[in-house]
Amino acid sequence: MSNTVKTLAVAGAVAAALAGTTTGVEAQSKEKCYGVSLAGQNDCAAGPGTTCAGTSTVDYQGNAWTLVDAGTCADIDLPALADGTARHGSLEPLDRDLPA
Amino acid sequence: MSVTQDQFRRAMLDPAAPVPDGLLDGADRPAGRRFNVYRNNVAVSLTEAMRTGFPVITRLLGQQNMDGLSGLFLRAHPPASPLMMHYGAEFPAFLEGMEQLSHLPYLADVARLELALRRSYHAADAAPLAPEALGAADPEALMQSGLTLVPAAILLRSPWPVHAIWRFNTEPGAPKPTSGAQDVLITRPEFDPIPVLLPPGGADWIAALMDGHSIGDAHTRAQDAAADFDLATTLGLMLQGGALRSLITKKD
Repeated sequence: MSNTVKTLAVAGAVAAALAGTTTGVEAQSKEKCYGVSLAGQNDCAAGPGTTCAGTSTVDYQGNAWTLVDAGTCADIDLPALADGTARHGSLEPLDRDLPA
Repeated sequence: MSVTQDQFRRAMLDPAAPVPDGLLDGADRPAGRRFNVYRNNVAVSLTEAMRTGFPVITRLLGQQNMDGLSGLFLRAHPPASPLMMHYGAEFPAFLEGMEQLSHLPYLADVARLELALRRSYHAADAAPLAPEALGAADPEALMQSGLTLVPAAILLRSPWPVHAIWRFNTEPGAPKPTSGAQDVLITRPEFDPIPVLLPPGGADWIAALMDGHSIGDAHTRAQDAAADFDLATTLGLMLQGGALRSLITKKD
C-alpha cells in the first residue's frame, strides 16, 4: 500500500470511528441508584479490602447502590415498605432499609 | 523470653507450627489461644479476599476447591502490601505452577483478567481525549502522531477465549465460550471497568501505540499481524470506553 493510500485508509477509519461514537453513546449512560439492590448484590468491582463488594445485608438497603441506565433509577419497580408506603430508588443515599 | 517478628510470622503462616514460646497477653499470661485465633483469622480473611478478588476463578473451580487453593496460595504469598484490593498478583503464576490444574490451562489468563479489572478500577482518573481532536487533525500529521492511553485502560492478550469465559461466568444468559485466542482491552468509561473484546489486529495496534509508535506505523504492524485489521472498530471501542488520553503530535 502506498503512503497516500494508507493515509486515506487511516483517515477514513478515524472518520468512521468518530461517526460511531457520536451516535448511541448517550443512551448507554449509567447512574448510581440507591435503595434498589438485593442483599449482597450491589455492584462493586473494587475487590477485597474495600467496603462495598456485595456488602449490603438487607434487600433494597438505602445506602447501597447499583448502576442502572440513566434516567431509570426512580422508576424501578419495588415492593412497598411494611407500612404500605411506596419504595423508590434515589440518586442520593436513603435512610430507609438500613441494617439494624 | 520474647518472640521475634520472624518467629511470629513463620508460626502465623503454618497452622501446624506450635505457638511461639514466650507470647504473653496484656496480663502477662501465656497467650496461646489468642495466637491460634489470630492465626486462623489471618488465613480466613485472606481466603475471603481471594474469593472476592477472583469471583470467576471461584466459579470455575467451585468454592471448596478455591478455598483449598487459597489456603496454599496465602501461605506461599502472604500480602506484600496492606492494599488488599490488589492482593493475589502472584496468583496467575501460582495457577500455572499447579500440576493438578494443568488440564485447565486458561485459568491463569482468566485470573490475569480479574486482576487487571481491579487494577483498572483503582487506576488514577484522567480526562479522556476528546474525539474531535482526532477529527480535526490533518490526515498526514495524524499518521505521524502518537496516542497515549489513560491509566485505567489495560491490554490483555491471551491464547484462550478469556473474554468469553469471563462473560459466561458473570453475565446471565451469555453464550457458551468457544475455543480460540482473545485479546481484551479493559476500559473504564464511567465507574466500573469493562473488558472489551478486540477484533483481530486490534491488540497489535494498541500495543504498538503503547510502545510509542506512530498511528501510521502501528497501523502497518497491525495489518502485518492481521490482514483484516479493522482500525475503525478498534478506535471506536477505545473512544467509547474513554481509553485514549492524548494525541502526541510530532514536532519537526
